[in-house]
Amino acid sequence: MSLILILEQSLNGLQFGLMLFLLAAGLTLVFGIMDMINLAHGSLYMVGAFLAATLVQATGSFALGVLLAIPAAAAVGMLLEVSVLRTLYARDHLSQVLATFALILIINELVRMVWGTDMPLSAPEALAGPVQLLPGMPYPAYRLLIIGVGLAVALLLYFVVAKTRIGMLVRAGASNREMAMAMGVDIRKLFTLVFGFGAALCAIAGAMLGPILAVQVGMGENILILAFVVIVIGGIGSIRGALVGSVLVGMVDTVGRAFIPHLLREFISPAFAGAIGPALASILIYVVMAGVLFWRPQGLFPARG
Amino acid sequence: MKRQLIAIAAGSAVAFAAAFPASAADKLKIGFISTLSTPAGALGVDIRDAFTMAIKHNGGKLGGLPVELTVGDDQFKPEVAKQLAEKYIRLDKVDILTGIVFSNIMLAAVPEAFNAKIPYVSPNAAPSPLAGKQCNPWFFVTSWPNDAYHEAAGKHATDKGYKSTYLIAPNYQAGKDSLAGFKRYYKGKIADEVYTKLGQLDYAAELAQVRAAKPDALYIFLPGGMGINFIKQFVAAGLSKDIQLITPGFGSDQDVIRPVGDSMLGLIDTAHWALDLDNAVNKKFVAEFEKEYKRLPSVFAAQGYDTALMIDAAVKSLKGKVEDKEALRKALKGAKFESTHGPFKLNTNQYPIQNYYLRVVGRDTQGRLVNKTLGTVFKDHGDAYVQDCPMK
Amino acid sequence: MRRALTVGVLLLAIAFPLAMQAIDQTYYVTMASRILVYALAATSLNLILGYGGMISFGHAAFVGAGAYTASIMIAEGMPSAWIGWPLAMAVPALLALAIGAISLRTRGVYFIMITLAFAQMIYYLTVSMKAYGGDEGLTLTQRATLGFGLDLKDDATFYYVVLAILVAALFLVSRLVNARFGRVVQAIRENESRMEAIGYPTLRYKLIAFVLAGALGGLAGALLANQNSYVNPGILHWTESGKLMIMVILGGVGHLYGGVFGAIGLLGLEEVLANHKFAWLAALYPDYQQHSLLGVGVAMLAVVLYAPQGIAGLFRRGKDG
Repeated sequence: MSLILILEQSLNGLQFGLMLFLLAAGLTLVFGIMDMINLAHGSLYMVGAFLAATLVQATGSFALGVLLAIPAAAAVGMLLEVSVLRTLYARDHLSQVLATFALILIINELVRMVWGTDMPLSAPEALAGPVQLLPGMPYPAYRLLIIGVGLAVALLLYFVVAKTRIGMLVRAGASNREMAMAMGVDIRKLFTLVFGFGAALCAIAGAMLGPILAVQVGMGENILILAFVVIVIGGIGSIRGALVGSVLVGMVDTVGRAFIPHLLREFISPAFAGAIGPALASILIYVVMAGVLFWRPQGLFPARG
Repeated sequence: MKRQLIAIAAGSAVAFAAAFPASAADKLKIGFISTLSTPAGALGVDIRDAFTMAIKHNGGKLGGLPVELTVGDDQFKPEVAKQLAEKYIRLDKVDILTGIVFSNIMLAAVPEAFNAKIPYVSPNAAPSPLAGKQCNPWFFVTSWPNDAYHEAAGKHATDKGYKSTYLIAPNYQAGKDSLAGFKRYYKGKIADEVYTKLGQLDYAAELAQVRAAKPDALYIFLPGGMGINFIKQFVAAGLSKDIQLITPGFGSDQDVIRPVGDSMLGLIDTAHWALDLDNAVNKKFVAEFEKEYKRLPSVFAAQGYDTALMIDAAVKSLKGKVEDKEALRKALKGAKFESTHGPFKLNTNQYPIQNYYLRVVGRDTQGRLVNKTLGTVFKDHGDAYVQDCPMK
Repeated sequence: MRRALTVGVLLLAIAFPLAMQAIDQTYYVTMASRILVYALAATSLNLILGYGGMISFGHAAFVGAGAYTASIMIAEGMPSAWIGWPLAMAVPALLALAIGAISLRTRGVYFIMITLAFAQMIYYLTVSMKAYGGDEGLTLTQRATLGFGLDLKDDATFYYVVLAILVAALFLVSRLVNARFGRVVQAIRENESRMEAIGYPTLRYKLIAFVLAGALGGLAGALLANQNSYVNPGILHWTESGKLMIMVILGGVGHLYGGVFGAIGLLGLEEVLANHKFAWLAALYPDYQQHSLLGVGVAMLAVVLYAPQGIAGLFRRGKDG
């Protein structure tokens, strides 16, 4: 197990974690501010990816297509909020889970009707190859771009939430909704805005991951669960928690998948290690989550005081 | 009391059936279950398109009988395929079942056909258990035994003198079959053998391990979208310069070439069929398929076409009397026809015996990326399990 | 009146396979069996979700654990249902005990998420069980054996066995929720702190309900595995947990027959949308049957938004008005 290998796998983990963060950030805000479980968040990620694929095709430019997809997805998100989700804020969590689960089915089928089951989306030609990071360590250029975009968005988000008026309202809403309302914050508008913002972040994640994974119906369902794990670990409503949780989950998942089978081989037979290694790696994330909840039932960075 | 009621009910059903004898085979009912959606769906779509084209170009008939075809999408889920099989057999009362792409899905659905004594003609999945001890008289294969491409690939890697090879396959029966097949004919060192989750799409972690292991060759069995993603990511990681990527024939066929593009050039694979195989049936098939669907056929399409040809030959030999299932089964077993890869021949376990070819991805005269035949790896090759099958 | 209705429905259910055999449509018998099995699974979830107010998002784990236990017993050459099925209740019950002991300490959203997390762990465990098929699942060479000349391979017999089990389970649940235990659990749902203050060990009550639901869910899983003669990790996927929750909501949260109504409603809707061609819909959108889930989604959304009491609520309203 060389140092370069460890470094490369850590970059992979970071790349995955940062993309998770884009999903988790929107989810945690919606969850924290509106006290709303939105399973359809993964659908917005899917819609964002499909929009990006379409717009990249239409404009012939990857950057332009992705940039256009972001406001388009935000518009879809706000439309969804105004039409359906708004009525769910007052309902219990069970109703929210079910209604948004229904939305997953509906959006999946609508996407299939509009676009079909999948869309091609490739990384720009210039970034299709590797970049020599260190001697003997080439790394895919496109994955570096993802890391860059992820870090940039995280910084931007920090700035918006910590330094701007909107961010202040968001923080106020997350830590004490009633008080914020009493202070005269127009909650309805704020909610719609936050929702659109979350959808925009989803679209960035979907567009960036599209070329690596695949732009397909149902792509949001498994990653959604990971995003939930992230925000529960990080503490609901906390952007900082979402960042820490995302990178933690990304690292644990990738590093676990890469090294656990090899580590196990040192102790038990290769066949058995090969059998339980991948499972152990997949379970690890949930073990971490259960552990965090057991000792810190509000997550690592509780937003509510 | 209950027993009596059942007896009465059964009695009336018999009387009912006797009063209206099944109008002797005025049509052939075929149930076609396949994976048509999800990223893995391109394979099933190719099989279906070739299968329906064969029927359409035959005047909507197979073996002289008008075909009533019911097509269902299993959504890449075994339980859905199983329920569709249940429905087609019991509700629609099909004469023949076919279509499934993936072994794991087929293994869930096919007992339904075996129990009902309905022939299942497999246009793709041909898992090793059903070739050996669990071979079944109602199970026919028009494709190739799951191991065969991999055995051919292993033979090629040995012939070429690769000292170490890294193996990757998804964690399911066909994946295990594939690597077992490769190893059966590969004499070099196995650098590592990795099983990934079925349907995994990001291979960053695995590719980093491959780079660290520095093998001469990398053999992957990753059907459908998994392979498309893997090859793209393999090239993006810059591994293609030092490591020869080898795939089974379907792993670098038209359905993979289309989305991946020029990165595929020079990739080596093994298959029982190729676009340029020189025989009349194949020429007709390739030309018609391209005309009909404006794309080149893949090996899956060829298999779908052969499946239709086999059913056609069997039903023809019965002169359309398909209601006798035992006779239909025997007719399928004895079906004589020219397939897209020459005369078709079944082994005693009802898996085919055929040639396997070495192919390389290159450009054809029109500049399109296609698989070109380099040579023959195996002649009249069967499978390693046939001696365990009690069928004669 | 109510009792007469129940008896009438039961008689219809008993006559159903005979009628289907008479018109040679045995497919509907297997479909009905599947609905009854899901009704059992949904009823078990309703016990904690409806009566106990515990929103468990991991019930598929118990169903799956039961299905795997029953399947492994058959694969290992012990097909007797008298051993396999109790075990298929015991294993999920033990799992529920462990999971409940940890999860029930958390509240609200955190409870939803932690039950989901545990279910995911069990999901990945089954994926890793290579000896029993791993990702690919396990095909059963036979169904369980029951003795008494009952052959579960026969679809009508299987249907009657499932029906009998479901009726027994409903009876048990109805006795339970009306007994002191059930009253306490429902009171905890309404106001846990008050019950705690009065001196009830609320955690213990909730845990017992959780374990019971796990056991019943496991039995449903065992039946499902036998029905399909096949089991794979897909049965434990989180969307399956979601599906069970939908059945409960659709049927009626905290209503005795909620699970039954929900299973009939959801699976029936899926079947009708997928297999029955509505001319007016086809005129609107020719390929609509490929998108039957859209209809299911819209129906679900409508129920949550406009009929939160579910199907059972419709009956109740009728009675009140």
